[in-house]
Amino acid sequence: MSAVAASRLRQGLGLRRWWPLTIVALVVLAAIFAPWLAPYDPNTQNLVGRLKPPGTVSRAFHYWLGSDELGRDVLSRIIYGSRVSLVVAFASVILSGTVGTTLGMIAAYRRGWVETLVMRVVDVFLSIPAVLLAIITVAVLGPSLVNVIMVLALTRWPRYARVAYSQTLSVATMPYVRLAALMGAGAPRVMFRHILPNIIGAVSVVATLEFGLMILFEAGLSFLGLGVQPPTASWGSMLSTGRNYVATAWWVATLPGLCLFVLVLAVNLTGDAVRDRLDPRFR
Amino acid sequence: MPGFLLQRAGQALVTILGVATLIFFVQRLTGDPTYLLVPETATKADIDALRHALGFDRPLVVQYLDFLADLARFDLGQSVVQRVPVLTIIGSRLPYTLMLAAGALTVACGIGIPIGILLAVFRDSAIAKAAAGFVLAAQSMPTFWSGILMIMVFSVLLGWLPPSSTGDLRHLVMPSFALGLLSMATFARIARSALLDELSKDYARTARSRGVRTPRLLLRHIARNASIPVITVLALEISNLLAGAVIVETVFAWPGIGQVTVQAILARDFMIVQGVVLLGAFVTVALNLISDVLYSVVDPRIVLDGAR
Repeated sequence: MSAVAASRLRQGLGLRRWWPLTIVALVVLAAIFAPWLAPYDPNTQNLVGRLKPPGTVSRAFHYWLGSDELGRDVLSRIIYGSRVSLVVAFASVILSGTVGTTLGMIAAYRRGWVETLVMRVVDVFLSIPAVLLAIITVAVLGPSLVNVIMVLALTRWPRYARVAYSQTLSVATMPYVRLAALMGAGAPRVMFRHILPNIIGAVSVVATLEFGLMILFEAGLSFLGLGVQPPTASWGSMLSTGRNYVATAWWVATLPGLCLFVLVLAVNLTGDAVRDRLDPRFR
Repeated sequence: MPGFLLQRAGQALVTILGVATLIFFVQRLTGDPTYLLVPETATKADIDALRHALGFDRPLVVQYLDFLADLARFDLGQSVVQRVPVLTIIGSRLPYTLMLAAGALTVACGIGIPIGILLAVFRDSAIAKAAAGFVLAAQSMPTFWSGILMIMVFSVLLGWLPPSSTGDLRHLVMPSFALGLLSMATFARIARSALLDELSKDYARTARSRGVRTPRLLLRHIARNASIPVITVLALEISNLLAGAVIVETVFAWPGIGQVTVQAILARDFMIVQGVVLLGAFVTVALNLISDVLYSVVDPRIVLDGAR
């Protein structure tokens, strides 16, 4: 290993740099291995052990992080709740990223009426506050995990389209792209083989920053009762029920909120690091 | 100037038409919108009667043109549950939401912009690093969690502030902070980058080399130039605040438009939800138009470019 590589490795292993990614990785692992990690089933009720503070033992339950209004274990529900947050965020980012990037690339490469149409539609979507658009669409489709993912994808694709559009505009004029087209490569080949690899960095920056926002959006919709439906555990719905017990059982709302805050903070910091790496303006 | 304004107003009109079209079709995602408006216990006869009364049994094109004509007359329809025009319901709740948005904007700008200046002027100092940490934390904190935490600390534990509903100014403090914190982070980031951008320009360096002190440099030379990105964000953030009010009003039982929206969703009163979304979109478009006009006041070069 060269001296430069060794120094880079040392810098890269600094705790300050890696803790956000470590937290994200831990939450992902907790979500994957939830059935093995959670002490109890997240939906098992113990009505004599309702709203017990952290550390209480009631019947066969040891409530490390307390129990909720139905005597369910808050720790187990937090572990299972991470699944909803991550699945919704991953799926909606991939879906909106794919749709937005493809449309943005097509608009910038094809130009003409396609460009006008796509970018006008982008303007329309961006002029409706995303929360309101999500609320009205869920109100129409009905609340469910799949619908929340579809709604978030529907409301967020224009962000990617804008970035992909502006990046493609500059890449499409480069000599190697023109040469590829002159040599007979069709539009899909030019876009996906020659343009996409050059704009994927900028799109990834948007995707990482959007990921944290999607976690918050999902929690917000669940908080309003428009996300996944009970009894499925989600951090947003746990906060919503915990709100009714702020005076008597602080842990029910505080702990899922803390998890949400720490995860989003870690994702945002990771996003900032990705941006610093990939966006030349921040170097 | 009139040419520039006309061009922007024309674009805004096209966007509003697009928004109305989008909302119309979102409403029909599941086919027949009548089902959005009836209680789950409704009989087939009830559903058929309502479908006919609201004209949903007519051809789609006719419904669409009718919908646009109603909008042009500022007619947002009638609440199916309360039997009152949607505009009346929104009008009665709007002052509360505006009050909350004003409070939140005061928090966002009042804290965010000074923090942005601090981050730009005292780069790398300990206080700037602490402020950057605060901004990052505020950006990652869900409004519903910060609201609940504030209620726990300031109402339940200390008993300083009322936990919910309206009344005197003390009722406005916690909702304003809960709603304003996220925007505060945005203002701090934008103010910082706008100031750093201007501070690195030749005129700022020349002024400094002539011995102009930092406060005077910021106020007399840089403030106007750095305000353009802040104005852009201001327009965006006001519409974000109106949308964010949906959650904050639910947390604090604040009787604004957000609360009425959530109640309407639960009561399957879709006309109110649709009215609020349309209003939110129109406000966003209008604010963008106003910010365009403000740019031209702040930076005359923009008018020249637009007129060309």
